[in-house]
Amino acid sequence: MTPPLVSIEALSASSVREGGTPVLRDVSLTLERGEVRGLVGESGAGKSTIAKALLGILPETIRITGGWLRFEGRDLLTMPSGELRAMRGRDITLIPQDPQTALNPARTIEAQLTDGLRMKLGLRGTALHARAIELLEEVQIREPDRVLRSYPHQLSGGMRQRILIAAAFAPGPKLVVADEPTTALDVTVQKEILRLMRRMQERHGTAVIFVTHDLGVVAKVCDSVTLLYAGKVIEAGTTADVIERPQHAYTKALIAAGPRYDRPGQGLEPVPEAIFRQLRAELAGTAAKGAP
Amino acid sequence: MADVAVSAPVTVVNRRFRSLRPLLREPRVVWAGGFLIALALVAIFAPWIAPKDPLEQDLMMASLPPIGFEGYEPGYYLGTDDLGRDVLSRIIFGARIALTVSLVAASLAGLIGSLLGLASGWYRGWTDRIVSRLVDIWMSFPPVLLSVLLVAVMGAGLHSVIIAIAIIDWTRFSRVVRAETLAQSSLDYVTAAEAIGFSRRHILWREILPNVAPVIIALLSLEMGIAVIVEAILSFVGLSISSDAPTWGGMVAQGRQVLHESWWVLVFPLVTLFATVLAFNLLGNGLRNALDPVMRR
Repeated sequence: MTPPLVSIEALSASSVREGGTPVLRDVSLTLERGEVRGLVGESGAGKSTIAKALLGILPETIRITGGWLRFEGRDLLTMPSGELRAMRGRDITLIPQDPQTALNPARTIEAQLTDGLRMKLGLRGTALHARAIELLEEVQIREPDRVLRSYPHQLSGGMRQRILIAAAFAPGPKLVVADEPTTALDVTVQKEILRLMRRMQERHGTAVIFVTHDLGVVAKVCDSVTLLYAGKVIEAGTTADVIERPQHAYTKALIAAGPRYDRPGQGLEPVPEAIFRQLRAELAGTAAKGAP
Repeated sequence: MADVAVSAPVTVVNRRFRSLRPLLREPRVVWAGGFLIALALVAIFAPWIAPKDPLEQDLMMASLPPIGFEGYEPGYYLGTDDLGRDVLSRIIFGARIALTVSLVAASLAGLIGSLLGLASGWYRGWTDRIVSRLVDIWMSFPPVLLSVLLVAVMGAGLHSVIIAIAIIDWTRFSRVVRAETLAQSSLDYVTAAEAIGFSRRHILWREILPNVAPVIIALLSLEMGIAVIVEAILSFVGLSISSDAPTWGGMVAQGRQVLHESWWVLVFPLVTLFATVLAFNLLGNGLRNALDPVMRR
């Protein structure tokens, strides 16, 4: 039996700076090949930490304190750094958060789009250029020749995000980590980008970890979802299960908090303070259990 | 968006010069840059352009007034000093020294300061701590006093002047480049480069440096203006090259003594000095303006 693509087991991490505040508490999740999993939570819930740990770009201020992070059965945390670097950008790629700053303003689109292909697949010259054009066509960018010659500031936000998506799928990765790829875009563009990501993912059979704070986005693109609060998994399951039959009070409150276009006048309810009290009590419980 | 749709065949030359276009739209860059290029040409071709030998003394021709004044002698356009040396020729040859010092000293200061600034902004940690403390200590010395002291220790001469300026002024680059590097390294494109698996060093040189470069270029221009002033101050107090050699600062010092008899010995080098420094400052500020919106809109 082949191991799952990603399996995270009891992963714990803490912040070095703030006196060892836990950032992740015993997080476990598995991701099968071709699966799209939403990682949902508010700021500081640990969703970006998981994404960065998978990419091996955790900041020095965060230290992993326990657990395993397996990719195709091999632990990324103990893998020799050379192998890890070879894998980064080839098997696991990133779609960054902010298309305004995710492209280097001083380099042409072609140079940036082909970084991965040059470095990881060794493509050069005309083959590289042809592949770059193919990639842009795949994400439905017109006049790919002109766009390749452009600098980021000459393109719109939606365009840039398409380019970032093309770059992420370019080396044929097994896993794409999307770090809130639609947060900085306006709603109409957001919808197009989500549709594009889903299509790319289906065509290539790539697994995607989709970091977001928006349950609405999850409902549109994710097969399954893991909900985090303060570094702890609150609820996990298939998207349909979690959204239609939420088990935890926090999940229910979050769903109620979302805007309801079908029933204006409802929704936009803040999560009640009582639920946060309950969450804190649960966290204190796990902390006490974990103590020696 | 439409203006980017360049019509079909864009030649390589055309593409290379497209990046210059925003620069030429900035009047300060055009005028100040034009003035400085002209000055550089004059300096390079000084032996052919200067009407007289800048060192030749002729007491028969001493203290001649400039063109348009009574007693003007044809050929001595800006008059002569009390030793009969041609003021215009001395200014022209003085440009050689002023520009050489400013170019070499500013480049040296820029190189040292930028490298330290990039390193401390990118690697942070102890590198940053050491460089930042060094800058703090450096900045607490009065710069002119320090330069006089340095040249006095190393001995007068062009080399000493250049080294003194570089040693004193690298902090200007270091501070600004560090801040800019810090700002750039927090942007998402750096995260993206890390996620691809580029090494730290590759990211610094290939991703961050091109975005810090406009700041360095603007600072270089400003620094060249400062170097011209410092060189003038040092030659004014006689710490640059020999007092015989034509330096703008030296001429001002000499002109000060004969101001009441022959004002032109003081005024013309001073005006040249002023215009040159002004041009460097305008160019620096213009470059900062012109390069900024392109690079980080």
